Amino acid sequence: MPTGKSTPTNTPMGTTPPMLDYGFMRNAFAAAAIVALVAGPVGYFLVLRGQTFAGHALAHIGFTGATGAFLIGISPLWGLLGMTVAGGVAIGLMGERLAQRDVAIGLVLALALGFGLLFLHFVTSYATQATALLFGNVLAVDQATVWSLLALGVVALAALGVIARPLLFASLQPELAEAKGVSLRLMAVLFLAIVAFATAEAAQIVGVLLVFTLMVGPAAASLRLTRRVGPGVLLAAAFALAEAWGGLALAYETNWPTSFWITALSGLVYGASLLPAVLLETASARPKAAP
Amino acid sequence: MIVLAFRDVEIALGGRTVLEGVNLAIGQGEFIGLLGGNGAGKTTLLRAALGLIPPRRGAIEVLGKAASRGNPAIGYMPQSRAVPANLRLSGHDFVAGVVDGARWGLPLLGSEGRREVDRVLELVAASALAHRPLAELSGGERQRLLLAQVLVGSPKLLLLDEPLMSLDPSHQAGVVELVASLQRSLGLTVLFSAHELNPLLGVMNRVLFVGNRQAALGTVDEVITEPVLSRLYGTRIEVVRLGGRIFVMAGAQDMARDTHGCGDHGHAHGQEHSHEHSHGDHAADA
Repeated sequence: MPTGKSTPTNTPMGTTPPMLDYGFMRNAFAAAAIVALVAGPVGYFLVLRGQTFAGHALAHIGFTGATGAFLIGISPLWGLLGMTVAGGVAIGLMGERLAQRDVAIGLVLALALGFGLLFLHFVTSYATQATALLFGNVLAVDQATVWSLLALGVVALAALGVIARPLLFASLQPELAEAKGVSLRLMAVLFLAIVAFATAEAAQIVGVLLVFTLMVGPAAASLRLTRRVGPGVLLAAAFALAEAWGGLALAYETNWPTSFWITALSGLVYGASLLPAVLLETASARPKAAP
Repeated sequence: MIVLAFRDVEIALGGRTVLEGVNLAIGQGEFIGLLGGNGAGKTTLLRAALGLIPPRRGAIEVLGKAASRGNPAIGYMPQSRAVPANLRLSGHDFVAGVVDGARWGLPLLGSEGRREVDRVLELVAASALAHRPLAELSGGERQRLLLAQVLVGSPKLLLLDEPLMSLDPSHQAGVVELVASLQRSLGLTVLFSAHELNPLLGVMNRVLFVGNRQAALGTVDEVITEPVLSRLYGTRIEVVRLGGRIFVMAGAQDMARDTHGCGDHGHAHGQEHSHEHSHGDHAADA
């Protein structure tokens, strides 16, 4: 696999794959690696906590932020991050009160996309920007964005490292954790703020509509295949990295959109992760676990 | 030595008084069965002892100190078991996630933490099944792992909220037996809440019965009587003993319908009426 380190501008027959001759491809590989290494571990906890929908919701809200940023002339990454963090904190604070409100949540998400559309309406380069935001445009990531992604990624992973232990406790046994002095609300708010960072990052690669594919797909597959927390987190990151880089390589070969290939690989890996259980189930009738 | 004491405790949830004037003292090494109908306040009483619900009046003391959140002397098994049925995490990691779980940082266990996990798994005879994914365990096996989590940190007082819920009778007996043997070998004090009285009859020292905002603590012979239960259920209760088992029945259920169900008794009676419905439904299987 390429490392993105070499600068083979005048060596067409160099040892690195020819796609890395292009600066935009090197940027894309670097950005994809950073995002995958954040999205995998964050996604692991997201799936473990059964909050995958929250990740999806944050991405939608982020769309409004990104298009609003266009409108006032700042980088869409910061608009996206601002809105996802605000949304994550709000969802975390509302906690269980949101659990039964699927209609309200759905309407808020639709409204967020609607506002995003309105903001885009006022931006001249409408169609390209909209497609890039919704479905990602990793090949357009420049070096400055790579550095921003790295900084955000380091913050997100460091924060996750600080709260990982009580977060795991609160995810596995919320009421026991509460009794032992863990604030469930604080955990929810801090974690969803981290998810917001990861969402803003992943949206740079695959767009707001497909954040699920990098954040939830690899983590869900890893949770199917691992029994330990540590290896599970690492495998989620490895899957995300393989899917993101594989998607880039396939996009380079086929000239099809990168985001398509990432979703395809993500779906493939998750599907394959289900196989062992399916085979086992058909091979022998397991004793059913009591509800 | 008094492990858990309630002194004139009144507890309200969302403006509704759940318990009032509750006085009780539970000594070291006692196995107490906590019984009562649905919504009678069993869980509320346990959560108050954990310091999660501050009493509106009175004092709650655990081992001589005011009840407060995060008390390491208490082991707690909550009623709602959050374990997703398809979770493929191993039982070992499910238990390990609890060790020092309130501390910040990465969830890495030191050698001390690993020893603690091994110790509690061994206590509940779950060492062999701990490497298997939770999704492949039976209800009884998962219950043992939940019990292992309770024992993390060597608590002195176990508050177990409905450990028998959704277990079939053969597994129920196993869980009761396991808790009782742990209680004896480790010198624990156990407050074991349950829907049914009979599974606990052989092992509990005393029974704590809650209902009608009150609580009665005493031996089975003192508490499971018609006058006491009639007071706690707010309706006439019959107690029938049959072959070493005790049946609690709401014989007055139909009479209650006649007196309160005519529709011209106003709001207070209407409320009481619905209470009696749930008591009646419950008492049939108590």
